Amino acid sequence: MTNELVDFTLVSVALLAIGIYGLAVKRNFIRMLFAVEIIINAANLNLVAFGRFLPHAGGQTLALFSIAIAAAEVAVGLSLIIVAYRMYQNVDIADFRSLKG
Amino acid sequence: MADAAFLALTVITIGSAIAALEMRSLIYGSIALMGTLGGIAGFFFLLDAPFVALFQLAVYVGSIAVLILFTVMLVKRELIFKKIEDRKRKFAGIGLMLIIMVSLGAVFLDSGIKTITTDEPPVDFRDIGADFVIYYWPALILMGLILAGSVTGALILARREDVENDQRVS
Repeated sequence: MTNELVDFTLVSVALLAIGIYGLAVKRNFIRMLFAVEIIINAANLNLVAFGRFLPHAGGQTLALFSIAIAAAEVAVGLSLIIVAYRMYQNVDIADFRSLKG
Repeated sequence: MADAAFLALTVITIGSAIAALEMRSLIYGSIALMGTLGGIAGFFFLLDAPFVALFQLAVYVGSIAVLILFTVMLVKRELIFKKIEDRKRKFAGIGLMLIIMVSLGAVFLDSGIKTITTDEPPVDFRDIGADFVIYYWPALILMGLILAGSVTGALILARREDVENDQRVS
């Protein structure tokens, strides 16, 4: 293979850092969900890359599980967004204060 | 050394990830997120994992990204174009991002990962299927139950309440 494992790992680190930036800075619920998706994809990329270079089928199997669980997480996250938007007429997380202690 | 396809995919993936978070319009942001997810699928093709790549395209680009796009369309027009962020917080976030990138990148470059190369043939997708039905079948069943439960839960959560509910949009 012309590409090395470290190349994929560095792309994954960049995606992780961008995702953490999104979670730290954005106050829009939907953009925070984008950031979570980016972080999950960075993890999946690492799983498949390590699975290819070891080589072991476990990496791809775990990545498939992760993709399916991410689909469930997005379904619940989007329904929470819809409920919160219906209650507060906004997607700013600073407005969602009902659970604040 | 990385080849041209890898570099192109890197630019597409990271560029559209930044665009997804930074574009003013949430609709264009979610389309940029599709670019990131498609770029990751391209990386999976480069890693000789076509099965995972097609799964990624079908599940992420085909359903999750479209679901997000439809949710964005349910939000008021002015909220789609409104950027909610603190300027000071943004600079702190950029600093945090750079620190994570540089420190983790340095750790990886300094570790033994650089020496790992392979000339072995890629994993056959039939092995993944065998793994699923022989070793991971309880997890597969559990995953199916979790998916069914979460979709049902999402439907119940998002269901419109009856007319008497005063929090409901008219």
